[in-house]
Amino acid sequence: MIQHIGEVFSYKKLGDEYHLLSIVAPEIAEAAKPGQFVNLRPGSGRDFILRRPFSIYRVNRRGDWAATIEILFDVRGAGSEGFAGLRQHDSIDIVGPIGRGFTIPRKQRSCLLVGGGVGAVPLFFLAEELRAADKRVDVLWGAAHAGRLVNPIDAKRLGASSAFCTEDGSEGHQGIVTDLLPEMIEKCGTEVIYACGPDAMLAAVSRMGTKLGVPVQVATEALMGCGIGICMTCVQSVWNREGTEIMHLRTCVDGPVFNGARIAWDEH
Amino acid sequence: MAADISIDLAGVRLRSPVVTASGCFASGREVSEFIDLRKIGAVVVKSMTIEPWPGKPTPRMAETPSGMLNAIGLQNKGVQHFLAEDLPWLNKMKVPVIASIAGNTVQEFIQVTDWLRAAPGVIAIEVNISCPNLADRNNMFAHDPNATASVVGAVKRASGVPVFAKLSPNVTSITEIAGAALDAGADGLSLINTLLGMAIDIDKAQPKLAGVTGGLSGPAIRPVAVRAVFEVHQAFPDVPLIGMGGIMDHRDAIEFIMAGATAVAIGTANFIDPGITVAISDKIALFLELKGVRNLAALRGRVKVE
Repeated sequence: MIQHIGEVFSYKKLGDEYHLLSIVAPEIAEAAKPGQFVNLRPGSGRDFILRRPFSIYRVNRRGDWAATIEILFDVRGAGSEGFAGLRQHDSIDIVGPIGRGFTIPRKQRSCLLVGGGVGAVPLFFLAEELRAADKRVDVLWGAAHAGRLVNPIDAKRLGASSAFCTEDGSEGHQGIVTDLLPEMIEKCGTEVIYACGPDAMLAAVSRMGTKLGVPVQVATEALMGCGIGICMTCVQSVWNREGTEIMHLRTCVDGPVFNGARIAWDEH
Repeated sequence: MAADISIDLAGVRLRSPVVTASGCFASGREVSEFIDLRKIGAVVVKSMTIEPWPGKPTPRMAETPSGMLNAIGLQNKGVQHFLAEDLPWLNKMKVPVIASIAGNTVQEFIQVTDWLRAAPGVIAIEVNISCPNLADRNNMFAHDPNATASVVGAVKRASGVPVFAKLSPNVTSITEIAGAALDAGADGLSLINTLLGMAIDIDKAQPKLAGVTGGLSGPAIRPVAVRAVFEVHQAFPDVPLIGMGGIMDHRDAIEFIMAGATAVAIGTANFIDPGITVAISDKIALFLELKGVRNLAALRGRVKVE
């Protein structure tokens, strides 16, 4: 983790829903692993003071001094609205990279990436790293409607196979990711599942994966105070290894990636 | 020559007046990735209890204008974990430690104090009698002079180091509670803990915190804290005070010192800027130089009131 004043390299609006910021932050880009996040400080002159956490969408390590990180996000409130208003050469205070990212498996070869809505964001960086490690990658994206699917064109390119579902049927299968999950696992010979999205989706994917004997790594989202492990706001209820006791682990530094089978999904 | 910002806190020399506010710095390990801990006065660690406490359900935090509400519930791994894991590490970092302790009963406070006796590097105990997130919120020790005196007196008798009582601002007269703590043997006071507050999600018609109400911190509470430090310093000018509440920069810190604080604790600001403690410490020194003031003691309680 370092604190860095980065410079906005580019800003782009993606469709109606999403914003893409590319920020020059060489040390963070160099150290970042898929599943980790950065914590951005809102500009001054506002009445809110806490940082906002964002998954790392991609890193671009070409050129030592100009290496960038990319974040892709939707506007949820005044904080993210402020970041959506940043333009080239604006500066931004970043802490990162933070947390335990996804683990790249040593033995297993076939990986299925399941993303719900904006939760698909960290899976792009992961897909690139998995492919670089010579793994098979398949993608399964779900969202409320077509406009909420994150970059389906690139998702198709990254996956050996890909499937999309929307709740309103505006793209792909009408329904939710778990409708298609068993069939995808079967067809792709999936050995590891990586998932990121709403808690209800992560819980369902974890249960399904566990039942079928496929390990599930989930990247979770939580309301955060500090994002560096000191405030104890963002705790996740996780069973200990023996399954005898629930621990309150910090999403920011003990996660955000956890073993889906160990999360006590019904506890808060 | 650089100005001298070292202080005497209840007989202990600290190299800087800047310390950390309990619960806003864990035990220092995480923040040490960003700063050199030797540049601050002391680490006031997260409150510890006799047994590990799991804390409250989530959501534990709600952001509010210029501040935040929290209901963490003193999640901690207990005093024995602190002695086995955190304290040896802090000693290795060569930073003085103020141990914040909490409990549900006077007996629990005594038990934690017993464990801390002769703990190396612990220069003081801060008695957290003002956490707004205990199980029985209606019986907060710091809301009653007798309850304050019973805890502080018991800890003082069991402790081998100076004892600071951390007081609640949610009282009619903070000087009355301060007096009770001092009569019971407190060597100094920490002012203030969070203000009780509540926020409601109007779309769900539900409290934003699982704990319903919580403690407000951040710059929103600073004037309340400065007033508390000022009033207590006026009433007890010889008592060392650790002032805190929404300090975001060195100017805020100096405000507390001019109100009567000996040391200042940084809390919520660590969440936003992990390098803030050292930055504030450095800039206090710079401020003294610019003003031609030789040491901090000359600024303490300097606010002029006609």
